[in-house]
Amino acid sequence: MSEAHAHDHHDDHHHGPEPGIMRWIKTTNHKDLGTLYMWFSFTMFMIGGMMALVIRAELFQPGLQFVDPGFFNSMTTMHALVMIFGGVMPGFVGLANWMVPMMIGASDLALPRINNWGFWILPFAFTLLLSTLFVDGGAPAAGWTMYPPLVLQSGDSLPLLIFAVHMMGVSSITGAINIVVTILNMRAPGMTLLKMPLFVWTWLITAYLLIAVMPVLAGAVTMLLTDRYFGTSFFSAAGGGDPVMFQHIFWFFGHPEVYIMILPAFGIISMIIPVFARKTLFGYDSMVYATASIAFLSFIVWAHHMFTVGMPVAAELFFMFATMLIAVPTGVKVFNWVATMWKGSMSFETPMLFALAFVFLFTIGGFSGLMLAIVPADFQYHDSYFVVAHFHYVLVPGAVFSIMAGVYFWLPKWTGHMYDEKLGKLHFWLSTIFVNVTFFPQHFSGLAGMPRRIPDYATQFAEFNMISSIGAFGFGFSQLILLFVVIKCIRGGQPATGRVWEGARGLEWSIPSPAPYHSFETPPDVPDSEVTSAQEQHA
Amino acid sequence: MKKHAKTVSLLGVATVAMFGFGFALVPLYEVLCNITGLNGRSDSIVTAADEIDYQLDPDRLVTVQFLTDVNSGMPWDFSARQTSIQVNPGKLNTVVFDATNRSGQDMVGQAVPSMRPSEAAGYLRKTECFCFTQQPFEAGEQRQMPMRFVIDPELPARVDTISLSYTFFDATSIAAN
Repeated sequence: MSEAHAHDHHDDHHHGPEPGIMRWIKTTNHKDLGTLYMWFSFTMFMIGGMMALVIRAELFQPGLQFVDPGFFNSMTTMHALVMIFGGVMPGFVGLANWMVPMMIGASDLALPRINNWGFWILPFAFTLLLSTLFVDGGAPAAGWTMYPPLVLQSGDSLPLLIFAVHMMGVSSITGAINIVVTILNMRAPGMTLLKMPLFVWTWLITAYLLIAVMPVLAGAVTMLLTDRYFGTSFFSAAGGGDPVMFQHIFWFFGHPEVYIMILPAFGIISMIIPVFARKTLFGYDSMVYATASIAFLSFIVWAHHMFTVGMPVAAELFFMFATMLIAVPTGVKVFNWVATMWKGSMSFETPMLFALAFVFLFTIGGFSGLMLAIVPADFQYHDSYFVVAHFHYVLVPGAVFSIMAGVYFWLPKWTGHMYDEKLGKLHFWLSTIFVNVTFFPQHFSGLAGMPRRIPDYATQFAEFNMISSIGAFGFGFSQLILLFVVIKCIRGGQPATGRVWEGARGLEWSIPSPAPYHSFETPPDVPDSEVTSAQEQHA
Repeated sequence: MKKHAKTVSLLGVATVAMFGFGFALVPLYEVLCNITGLNGRSDSIVTAADEIDYQLDPDRLVTVQFLTDVNSGMPWDFSARQTSIQVNPGKLNTVVFDATNRSGQDMVGQAVPSMRPSEAAGYLRKTECFCFTQQPFEAGEQRQMPMRFVIDPELPARVDTISLSYTFFDATSIAAN
């Protein structure tokens, strides 16, 4: 597609993609970079998944079977780092790259060259991180939270870990700045803020969170670095520092990070449910305000991750109630999704199935989060498998399912072909069944007292762990179906229309499928019929 | 493009400011802990002996417990002669601690205090403590270290027990810097 605009003097904009491998290395095109981010995310999802399977294989039975305890701890640590910074976050950035410009009628992101750099830092960051598996002393094993003094006892992996985190931070921050600038400055005329699709809104807020907290993480790991190598005592009690302070600084980053990994998911689900319920989203404005409230509250609840370090009762009460307050805007969202489906003319294609599973299963994770927020109960649950079950419920059938839902939803727009619906549904059902088989029993073993981050356990937990391990292998191998469906869809299939889905509205559906390499080179008009926030015309 | 440059520079400033904020949390944390007694760190309100003019409260007895620890791997012995004493608020008390450097090398130790409950933190004054400074010990050296403190009679009535904990950390390399 290269319609020439006489007034357009940017000749290079009319080129298609460069042939060969250099297209992917040099590209500044948001669609190419979106694709790169998605493949990178999937690769990390597989690597992190293999680490999870090492963990689950070891925990299949009590006793030490396959790996030594140090390596086991490396696996839990690396699994978390790879999945959070390599799987989930780049997955959302990939979707934002692809969809945000098309949703707001912009031709590309505001800073395409920065976008290229932001992506290409990531393979280097993760090469650095994964290389620690081969250094003296093994990969980082002190947990992804990197608490001193334990983390300072790591072998040669520590500086590699820290520099990898720095690089991931640079990538996230540049990506976030790019998205904010794009959304604020490049919306098509008529696309006012409160007409933006919710995926754009949630990403705008997420980007602000990233800009606010990734630098704090960078600071925290820099302090670890200087404590270890340059004689400072930020976290060393002997020199007047305090290891508990690290936990405060880390979770000041870490709690907003939790919402960085779920707000874009809320956006995706808010895009999908209206399409397959064939209604407009219920309570658009309240969705926006709920998202902003959650983002604000995320800054004042961090200490609920560390109730057991010893805090005055007043502080524990404050963090407990502030945490519970988050259930209010989150509840607004869940009820809005349900109300959107109410009396809708629903159909159950794969993206909708994933979205529905998200609403159910994320809510389970939300409820166990409320249980964990209760201070006296948390003293019992802390560092148990109940916590593991909680955050895997919000991250796997939460964040990861939303990314999969988004992939199925937008794949026809990206490739120009419909994916194989039968295989998509098979992937959905296997994933949903196995994810519950994996994580639901962990609630029980946690409540019964099984601690997390251990390679061996008391025999009373044997059954639940065996069930959990079977589920994990089932879930892991089911993901190969996703790979197959995506490759099959790229190579061919039933041609997709521009609209793709019957109930779809929005600028991204007003252009042909596959989306042309350059879309919206001149800003489009924004007709009311394409505005997803519009009040419903007919009841 | 100009519009972009402005937004980008604002966000860039925000990024740098938040990086600085991460480091600013360090002094903020100190201040907050000292004001509120969070973390039990403000236990060491240092006072010269002649500055104390509390009224002795002979009717009230407060139990003060002493916990002593040595950080893992540090070859020192460290203990209090009494693990628990009963004191009258307003009276100056002395407790003797014993420490031995069992290693064959000269070492420097730093004792880090902590106390519970934290609401008692503002009411305990020390006139002398080995925790005020780093303690250099020669190889094999054994030393008695007195600690003198007084409890403010204003201590809230519901506090009847105070636990003071001291942990010795190896500060040899820190002292060398």
